[in-house]
Amino acid sequence: MPDSDLSFKAAFRRHDVQIASIVVIMVVLFSAISPGFLSASNVVSLLENYSVMAIMASGLLVVLISGGIDISFAAIAAVSQYLVATLLVHYGGNWLVAFGLAALFGALLGVVNALLIYYLKALSVIVTISTMTFYFAVLMFVTDGKSIYDLPDWFTADLSLFGIPFPVVVAAVVLFVTVFFLSRLSIGRQIYGLGGNPEAAKRVGCNLLGLQCFVYGYSGFTAGIAGLVQAHRVEEVVPNALIGRELDVLAAVVLGGASLLGGIGTVSGTILGILLLAIVLNGLTLLGVSSYSFGFVTGLIILLSVSATAYAAKRQQKRNVRHAH
Amino acid sequence: MTQVPNNRESAAEQTAPHFIEMRGISKRFGGVRALSDVSFSIHAAEIHCLAGENGCGKSTLIKILSGVYAPDEGQIVLEGKAHSHLSPAASQRFGVQIIYQDLSLFPNLSVAENITFGHQVETPVRLADRQAMRKRAQAVMQRLNVSLPLDALVGTLPIATRQLVAICRALAGEQARLVVMDEPTASLTHQEVDALLATIHELKRQGIATVFVSHRLDEVMTIAERVTVLRDGRNLGTYWVRDIDRRRLGELITGHVFENVLKPPFPGKEDPVLEVRGLSCAGQYANVNLELRPGEILGLIGRLGAGRTELALTLFGMNPPDQGEIRVNGKPVQLRSNREAIRQKIAYVSEDRLSLGLVMPQTIADNTVITVLDQLTGSMGLIDGRRRAQTIDRWIFQELRVKTNTADRPVQQLSGGNQQRVVLAKWLATDPRVLILDSPTVGVDIGAKAGIFQVVDTLAARGLAILLISDEVEEVLYQSHRILVMSSGQIVGTYDPQRVSEQELREIIYA
Repeated sequence: MPDSDLSFKAAFRRHDVQIASIVVIMVVLFSAISPGFLSASNVVSLLENYSVMAIMASGLLVVLISGGIDISFAAIAAVSQYLVATLLVHYGGNWLVAFGLAALFGALLGVVNALLIYYLKALSVIVTISTMTFYFAVLMFVTDGKSIYDLPDWFTADLSLFGIPFPVVVAAVVLFVTVFFLSRLSIGRQIYGLGGNPEAAKRVGCNLLGLQCFVYGYSGFTAGIAGLVQAHRVEEVVPNALIGRELDVLAAVVLGGASLLGGIGTVSGTILGILLLAIVLNGLTLLGVSSYSFGFVTGLIILLSVSATAYAAKRQQKRNVRHAH
Repeated sequence: MTQVPNNRESAAEQTAPHFIEMRGISKRFGGVRALSDVSFSIHAAEIHCLAGENGCGKSTLIKILSGVYAPDEGQIVLEGKAHSHLSPAASQRFGVQIIYQDLSLFPNLSVAENITFGHQVETPVRLADRQAMRKRAQAVMQRLNVSLPLDALVGTLPIATRQLVAICRALAGEQARLVVMDEPTASLTHQEVDALLATIHELKRQGIATVFVSHRLDEVMTIAERVTVLRDGRNLGTYWVRDIDRRRLGELITGHVFENVLKPPFPGKEDPVLEVRGLSCAGQYANVNLELRPGEILGLIGRLGAGRTELALTLFGMNPPDQGEIRVNGKPVQLRSNREAIRQKIAYVSEDRLSLGLVMPQTIADNTVITVLDQLTGSMGLIDGRRRAQTIDRWIFQELRVKTNTADRPVQQLSGGNQQRVVLAKWLATDPRVLILDSPTVGVDIGAKAGIFQVVDTLAARGLAILLISDEVEEVLYQSHRILVMSSGQIVGTYDPQRVSEQELREIIYA
């Protein structure tokens, strides 16, 4: 089998390998310069800091693969976080109830996105920008922007499993579930198919409404969980704490090789994308670089990554043309 | 225009048992009658072509068969059982599989995943077992006697291979008994068409019928056993292909009698407007010599990959040669960009009108003047509205007679034939001396083809020198004064259409 037949797939793997090698280089670099970098405490706090992002990224990745985009997940996370916290404060509960409610509220708000997109035949970016604005505005209006500080003790108490902080465990579970259904269940193949060629998916008999409800519902579901974990971490619920995180998460997922055009993306790539951002920013912090440079560095990394991908695609196209002649 | 008599309803009807029969089908969309009283039958394991011009009702008929549309009148009889309409599920259960023109594959999934996709759809929560998936795909490939790279992503494969993937997928689901292919050959080369033909015969051997929709007469004649011709929503009859010839089929499809008349020998004695001496470009073509006189139509024919298009691009300044000389009106010129070629009054109508020739969402008017904007700008650098309107009126309405009531419609609303006229108008507005036409009739149906060549003849008669590039033998034979055959980057012969037959020419090209 000629090499070029596999070059698309190889290109994905190459992307993963590229990001992974950059991650390794960064790790080596930072640990050489700053001995504290590879210390257990720094690694654990690094993972914990980015666990909320990883949970949200899982949902967004699935939406991107299906050929859509979700801008509203941070607003969904904020709304469901506030709802769950209010209920827990008033009626009490336990972790099971908390997770159940967060997942339910998140998924419901996500399904609203799906229904709007499906029935209005509107662009997902427009719909989710609208719902983001709407959800968040309603939240601020109803709550007057008041934060909730009197969370139950069991909720804010530190938890860990074999020394691994609770948020990291939740993130790992969510990532695992995402990998599982994306690559091992037939619905995963259908989501990739939908993103690759929606018309074809319709013709083969995919249930498009069902798939979209699943995809956006899952994005809302992960947002709900992320909101809950974030409230646990910071021990308070501030209505606008999560707003503005959308683009960071989107950047990490795209950095991990997911295509905004749909059909392409992996969980492993997403993890690497988050790791890369996390390590660079953490390393810079340890080196004492001003935090004002972070945006600049993040932007630069993403620009470089996008350029590299575009360049590879262009070369691939050239090769295909030559192949055809 | 002569109406074609419609009396040869063939004896083909009675010989084999009816497998699928559509009786008296009518379908209206709003006020438009798409099908009127069409009866159409398919025998088990036959190869049947559905021919007709764009808009004749082919796709509607197919969609009624696949259950997408319900007919207003008529019945669909499946092995003796009558149905007033089919659902998509019922159609598939009976074994009808449709392969659409765009193939409907998933470019981002592997060959194996594409072939077995239907299996994934049956239930959303099933373990997608890669091993089982590959085995399933492998089994289908073996049945069809084809070999495809199972792990390659479909987006990386050439069109011909994708076609095979689509056929495999059609066979992978429930027991397929009829495969319908919509324009399966539209983008295939001749060798690839041969491979497709072999696959269709393999289907036949396994008792699977094939209906294919096409307006390329050559293929209908080589592939099909029977052909049904639709025109304006009516069935003009079903014929055994062995009982009918190509010309008659063309007449049936269009309702016009086409007389293929060879052009008289070219009388022009004027000096060549374009001369090419020893032109070479590494890896593409070598030592090409040609000359083209005003008013002459020079045919250039060769297989895909013979270097035709590369040569054309060089003459249009977009593919600089390594060696050799190009003279325009006797003066050597260096064509380093298409701007220089346009300045030398050379125009090029590309093969791929859809992606390169036109800005589809823009209006006919804007597409027409895009090549001459600098000539239309007045002293202030503003576009002179009156001259713009004159240019559009002259070329779109008077010369090329594009069928539209206004030049302000987006080009994408026009038919293929009319789009091609807009491309021609755009280039003619530059007032060229040399016009290079690269496969001008790809995707244009036979009636519209005749119209385009009428325009070409008129232009030549007015002294425009035309280089006509094509891989359709008939087109080049009857439209050119002189024919050059190109093979593997070399001009291998010059032929006089008066002295070479279609068959001989075909043998020279495909030898």
